[in-house]
Amino acid sequence: MKTFQYLTTAAAIAIASSLAAQETPKSGGTLNAVIQPEPPGLMLGLIQNGPTQMVAGQIYESLLRYDKNLDPMPSLAKEWTKSEDGLTYTFTLQDDVVWHDGEPFTSADVVFSVDVFLRETHARLRASLVHVESIEAPDDKTVVFTLKQPFGPFLGIFEAGTMPMIPKHIYEGTDYANNPANNTPIGTGPFKFEEWERGSYIHLVKNEDYYMEGKPYLDEIYYQVIPDAASRSVAFETGQVDLLPGGSVENFDIPRLTAMDNVCFTNDGWEFFGPHSWMWMNMHEGPMMDKNLRKAVMHAMDREFARDALWNGNGTVAKGPVSSVTRFHEPNTPDISFDPEKAREYLAQSDYDGETLQILPLPYGETWQRWAEAVRQNLSEVGINSELVATDVAGWNQRTGDWDFDLAFTYLYQYGDPALGVARTYVSSNIAKGSPWNNVSGYVNAEVDSLFAEAAVQASDEARQELYTQVQNIVVDDVPVAWMLELQFPTIYRCDLKNPVSTAIGVNDGMRDAWLDRE
Amino acid sequence: MLGFIAARLVKAVFILLAILVLNFVLIHAAPGDPAAVMAGEAGAADEKFLQDLRERFGLDQPFTLQLWNYMKGAIQLDLGFSYRRQMPVAELIWDRLPATLLLTATAFVISIVIGVAAGVLAAQTQGTWWDTLISSLALLFYATPLFWVALMASLLFSVVLGWLPGFGYQTIGANYTGIDRVLDIGKHLILPATTLGLFFTAIYMRMTRASMLEVSRLDFVKTARAKGLRNSVIQRRHVLRNALLPVITLAGLQAGQIVGGAVLTETVFAWPGIGRLMFEAISQRDYNVILGVFFISAAMVLLFNLITDILYGIVDPRIRLTK
Repeated sequence: MKTFQYLTTAAAIAIASSLAAQETPKSGGTLNAVIQPEPPGLMLGLIQNGPTQMVAGQIYESLLRYDKNLDPMPSLAKEWTKSEDGLTYTFTLQDDVVWHDGEPFTSADVVFSVDVFLRETHARLRASLVHVESIEAPDDKTVVFTLKQPFGPFLGIFEAGTMPMIPKHIYEGTDYANNPANNTPIGTGPFKFEEWERGSYIHLVKNEDYYMEGKPYLDEIYYQVIPDAASRSVAFETGQVDLLPGGSVENFDIPRLTAMDNVCFTNDGWEFFGPHSWMWMNMHEGPMMDKNLRKAVMHAMDREFARDALWNGNGTVAKGPVSSVTRFHEPNTPDISFDPEKAREYLAQSDYDGETLQILPLPYGETWQRWAEAVRQNLSEVGINSELVATDVAGWNQRTGDWDFDLAFTYLYQYGDPALGVARTYVSSNIAKGSPWNNVSGYVNAEVDSLFAEAAVQASDEARQELYTQVQNIVVDDVPVAWMLELQFPTIYRCDLKNPVSTAIGVNDGMRDAWLDRE
Repeated sequence: MLGFIAARLVKAVFILLAILVLNFVLIHAAPGDPAAVMAGEAGAADEKFLQDLRERFGLDQPFTLQLWNYMKGAIQLDLGFSYRRQMPVAELIWDRLPATLLLTATAFVISIVIGVAAGVLAAQTQGTWWDTLISSLALLFYATPLFWVALMASLLFSVVLGWLPGFGYQTIGANYTGIDRVLDIGKHLILPATTLGLFFTAIYMRMTRASMLEVSRLDFVKTARAKGLRNSVIQRRHVLRNALLPVITLAGLQAGQIVGGAVLTETVFAWPGIGRLMFEAISQRDYNVILGVFFISAAMVLLFNLITDILYGIVDPRIRLTK
């Protein structure tokens, strides 16, 4: 008995010390990561595509960061308060923050960034800023946002890709798009821009004047541009890169890569984005205007098969418009599961008379093509004819925006809150030809419109939950789109790279806390 | 000869202008525009955002005005501005040119030297196992898809054997200088240049062999033999020189593609060249970049056609005389 006790104690000590060793970050080292496609630029206030956010998220910062439950954490703001009426938010900034060129970061930079620069350049933030009455800086360290009415998701818009802080002393009064500083971005972040060899790599180096003592741990990061997915896998296998951000390699390569020695992976770090996939169903004209046919399509699809066979088991079958990682998700919506029998019943009740439906796959690589083929197979099994229409990205944008399809694959980010990333797909005020990111289906339901509008401006989460539950039930029953999967894009990395994903936006701002356990 | 060159140059300028117009029309006929692609990449866009982008790029102007503005710039060698990369197109192409030239020129030299030498050897050893081996290899290289060769070469020499780097132009972060840098780039060059050269090597092999055999049966070769010339002299001065004409034609065609880059090879091996730039620009509808690369490639094809014609005259004086 004593021996057992000794052994357990020894084991506990061993585990504890190994944990302690793991938890003591080491400074130094070079991280090689993949970036794809090559970003068009790194000025995060002007360009917000995925690769730009991934690199520039280490250079620029915002007032807050978010944990994996989407709760706000300090970033450039160390504290914040919300007034009881939900109309006034007051932020206190960190001390001793300087821009990469040595100038101090102050509340004037915040006011300029949000009220002047981003209001003009950032389409997604502009939609939220309509709720903001004024932004004021009573002193160097305090910023006060006053809203016109309560805006539920307000504390969720302070992420670096949504509201990056822009240096006022460099951009004020200039032509933003053509400012030469766009090529040598200046932020407050843990890494500074060093060099960009176009077509090859982007080199960031540690910001020695970063306001957090001891951080960042890494000395430098190289983001390597490797355009071919198979070559990116090879680069990881041969040890030339240590970090493959989600979506860098084809799904069928993932099991091989993650089975290698000293290779770890995580599905975390996408909670803020909540990538949600579905097929638009064209309700402007044609057979998909028929609700029974839409229901038949929904029940005909074997989404578990798609997840397991095409996405290597990564992802969750979507239950409706709000992802389970997004706030106010309602798990008990009407049943839309795979049921060919039910699909045939709905089909029999519909006016469908054998027309060939045009399916537009998403031109984002092999997995999406195969997925469209699987859907076509599913539909044919219940008696619905369809054909796939091949396009490239630009062609897909045009056909989708012009409503030239019957079913079209897509996926969009939800940004943590239905008011930010879900309502835009279903409200009738957002129907306009020419854009593939609005209410493309052409779904019109006045009750849905008013519920979304009301839920956005509630001050309390309880009131919002009630309204969002109602709207999710109605929308799922109407099936304006065919929901597919809540996507997951595993981040694959060498296990001696520690902590690359510590927030809800993963590697986009994770390098601040990442470190290499190498001698 | 000078008159001939001048006439060809004038013709070339008109052909180039016609190519520019045709390219412009074709690119704009493809569905989608750069503003929509950029807005899509941003994850969200409102009407104002799309409209701002279209205004900034001049895409809201009538088509004929856009064409006129582009032609006006092109005539002054101003290739415009890349919408997506926010840089002048000329600067982008200039940045990528050295990598592309290094890759395609190396592949060009490899394919000519190996292809012609192997073709000569096969012709001289007709019917032996050397001939069979060379002809079989030529057939294999000719028939195998380039992207497959590229991936397999990368898998074998980089992943399995670990001899050569599988992608890129240099060891990133090593900051080599001098001879170390040259060696480093050379090591990175081996796989893509060999892969790219294989197809043309095969063609040069087959063409040189066939042409040598054909010429060696002609009367003037018999005469040379009757005169008692040594076989090596006959082969070099009479057979090879005449057999090279079709090879030069082909080399002219291949050389014209040198500046256009090699889309597949550059993409698989992450080689930062013009071919890849064009590939990315097409998918992003970055019109000015696509047109700029087409313009430079077309100019090069015309230039090398001209050089080929002049070389014809040097290799075969009969052609020069008949002009």
